[in-house]
Amino acid sequence: MKKLKYFIQRYNIGPFIGLLVICIVLSILSDRFLTVSNLLNVTRQVSINALLAVGLTFVIITGGIDLSVGSTLALAGAVAAGMLSSVTSVPLVVFYACFIGLLAGTFNGLLVANGKIAPFIATLGTMTLFRGITLIYTEGRPIRAVSDTFYQVGGGYIGPIPVPIIIMLLVVLVAWYVLKNMTVGRRIYAIGGNEEAARLSGIKTNSYKILTYSVSGLLAGLAGVILTSRLLSAQPTAGMGYELNAIAAVVLGGTSLTGGIGGVGGTLVGALIIGVLNNGLNLMNVSSFYQQAVKGIVILLAVLIDQRSRAGNK
Amino acid sequence: MTLLQMKGISKSFPGAKVLDGVNLEVKQGEIHALLGENGAGKSTLMKILTGIHQKDAGEIIYDGKKITPTNPKEAENLGIVMIHQEFNLVPYISAAENIYLGAEEAFSKMGIVNWKALYNSADKYLQQVGLNIYPGTKVADLNVGEKQLVEIAKALSRRTRLLIMDEPTAALTERETKRLFEIIKNLSANGVAIIYISHRMEELFAVCHRVTVLRDGKYIATKEIAETNIDELVSLMVGRQLSERFPKKPAEIGEVILQVKNFRNKYLHDVSIEVRAGEVVGLAGLMGAGRSELVRAIFGADPVEGKLVFGDFSGTFKHPSEAIKKGIAMVPEDRKDQGLILSFSVRHNLALPTLHKRAVMGNINYRQEKEMTRRQVEKLKIKLATPEQEAKSLSGGNQQKVVFGKWLEAEPKLFILDEPTRGVDVGAKVEIYNLINKLTSRGIGVLLVSSDLEELMGMSDRVYVMYEGKITGHFKRDEMSDEAIMYCATGGSK
Repeated sequence: MKKLKYFIQRYNIGPFIGLLVICIVLSILSDRFLTVSNLLNVTRQVSINALLAVGLTFVIITGGIDLSVGSTLALAGAVAAGMLSSVTSVPLVVFYACFIGLLAGTFNGLLVANGKIAPFIATLGTMTLFRGITLIYTEGRPIRAVSDTFYQVGGGYIGPIPVPIIIMLLVVLVAWYVLKNMTVGRRIYAIGGNEEAARLSGIKTNSYKILTYSVSGLLAGLAGVILTSRLLSAQPTAGMGYELNAIAAVVLGGTSLTGGIGGVGGTLVGALIIGVLNNGLNLMNVSSFYQQAVKGIVILLAVLIDQRSRAGNK
Repeated sequence: MTLLQMKGISKSFPGAKVLDGVNLEVKQGEIHALLGENGAGKSTLMKILTGIHQKDAGEIIYDGKKITPTNPKEAENLGIVMIHQEFNLVPYISAAENIYLGAEEAFSKMGIVNWKALYNSADKYLQQVGLNIYPGTKVADLNVGEKQLVEIAKALSRRTRLLIMDEPTAALTERETKRLFEIIKNLSANGVAIIYISHRMEELFAVCHRVTVLRDGKYIATKEIAETNIDELVSLMVGRQLSERFPKKPAEIGEVILQVKNFRNKYLHDVSIEVRAGEVVGLAGLMGAGRSELVRAIFGADPVEGKLVFGDFSGTFKHPSEAIKKGIAMVPEDRKDQGLILSFSVRHNLALPTLHKRAVMGNINYRQEKEMTRRQVEKLKIKLATPEQEAKSLSGGNQQKVVFGKWLEAEPKLFILDEPTRGVDVGAKVEIYNLINKLTSRGIGVLLVSSDLEELMGMSDRVYVMYEGKITGHFKRDEMSDEAIMYCATGGSK
């Protein structure tokens, strides 16, 4: 029993077990849950939140936070839609929108690392700033994004699999590899574990912190492109409140808000838990008011169980 | 009269038996030293006594009754209070509020606190420990010695009959230490028993009545202080005779490898020093003299003006990474806050400064990393269950070895050691001294900061003395004496 507990802790299997339990319960309660088309549908819906959450995982591992991802998503989406009318090359549009996201993230990083502003405050500021820029750029109106090739990014399929799912899995895989097997990843964990010790070990802590915000911005940009493509238009108010869902996914996945501990594998599972819950409650025709309450309770329960098991290990 | 008797206490943590049938007997009003290397089980024994941990076997008889405290509050109600090395004070509220933290009910009616009465009462206890401050002073504005006295005053206010002090003098100046001793003796004369944990032998002989020695979780002996001596205690602690406390082996001293010229910043005033290959250069001085600030500036950890020449480099390092690249390593003052990433495994800590050495295009080679870890663990005799265990689960001495290990792998030409043996037990100290010998024999220069004057004189070829950010003295090995160094360290100059 002790060994099992150690195993669960070491490889952070807790969130996965939670996801499994929720899936089993939902497939008993609703016969429409456990079908290939429904599961693919859920995963596609999850992909946007998962992308934001993976970027946030990088930031949160260093002990930071990024509240601006929802606004960055809207900005990048708007830029993509705006470009479509004049630029015909879809890859160029995607690249440019992601680049806008990267710039926005880097700006956050500079405020935190060089400006020495607390991450919560810095990104609270840019959350409003980026939203404002999006509203100015769109003049407060949706921008249509009608293009068959562009629609493939968010609405297309490769075989039976929706493109956003493939993008999400690729991103998670790369992020997982970088965090686990590369020097960059190790250094990011080190900064979250103890910034001063990391600096005295020769790690350029500022550069790496900026990098994590850039990654977060880049992935928010990518998420913005996918959302715009799927909806065939960019909404200036897109992504409002998404940052909180993303943070919830990260925390559900076992990444510590104090930094140094966690990973993107858990984050993906965390995002799936939220998505599956939404989907299941919808299938059961639970009113959206109750859905909110249930989601909140699940998040609190998950974190409570996680804390208990960690404390018990000491 | 016996106040406390702990009999046959045993305790296991997953994977390790930490205490194995330990006895401890403390009389009323006695100052009883608890001695043992790091990892001998002192802390665990005290945590059982104060209810933080639960014993697996054995019994505790206190004041004639069998007790089993299950949390610190219960122990406190029985009159057992522990003052930890890291104080449990809230910095931004007053000394008086800290003293009565959680016990304000005594001064309140319907939740409204009578501050005047609370301050007056707190003042009484502050006076008792000889601390003449306004009770409303914020704890953050007090120095370490004063904070300690507030902790003691707090303990007194709780009608403590058994006070446990863990390394109480670790951060105190000599004067503060003396004052503390007077207070401890006073408490003992008033019937308060004290369990005194310290690595500093001289102190035990200055204040304690008896001493109990633990080793590897086992009870070894209890002695009257008057009937024992340092050598006997050290051999009881380590279980072997230590041939020499400072096994200095002078190495061949070569060229100047580090020249620091006119270093100036907020803490430093025109400091110039030199270190040669194979040489141990000591930096002596009191706390706050600027020793750590100097080595941090050399290492690029803090900004500084002036010039530094090291190999082909000339200028100042803007970031530790630049110093490391040129071949400087630093074991920092505080291993938990600066030396280690406590949540990292031993392997990850060891690998940190040299990650790039075992990586191709940023991909870490795990086989090489594990090999390196095995090599360092073996070379430094780091005691651990597995290299994958978190650094925070190691004892102080072993943690410090990990900090050494991570730098050995970088093969530096200059090793900066800032208080390398602080909070480290006698056995591990000697191992660190031997390591310093090994470094110098390979032509590595060592810059050693230490508050332990004996250690500094025992290990250094040369000593600079600092006072208020200036060099006030410079001694070769044959010119050193503790009087001369202390004279310079307190503002006189040679």
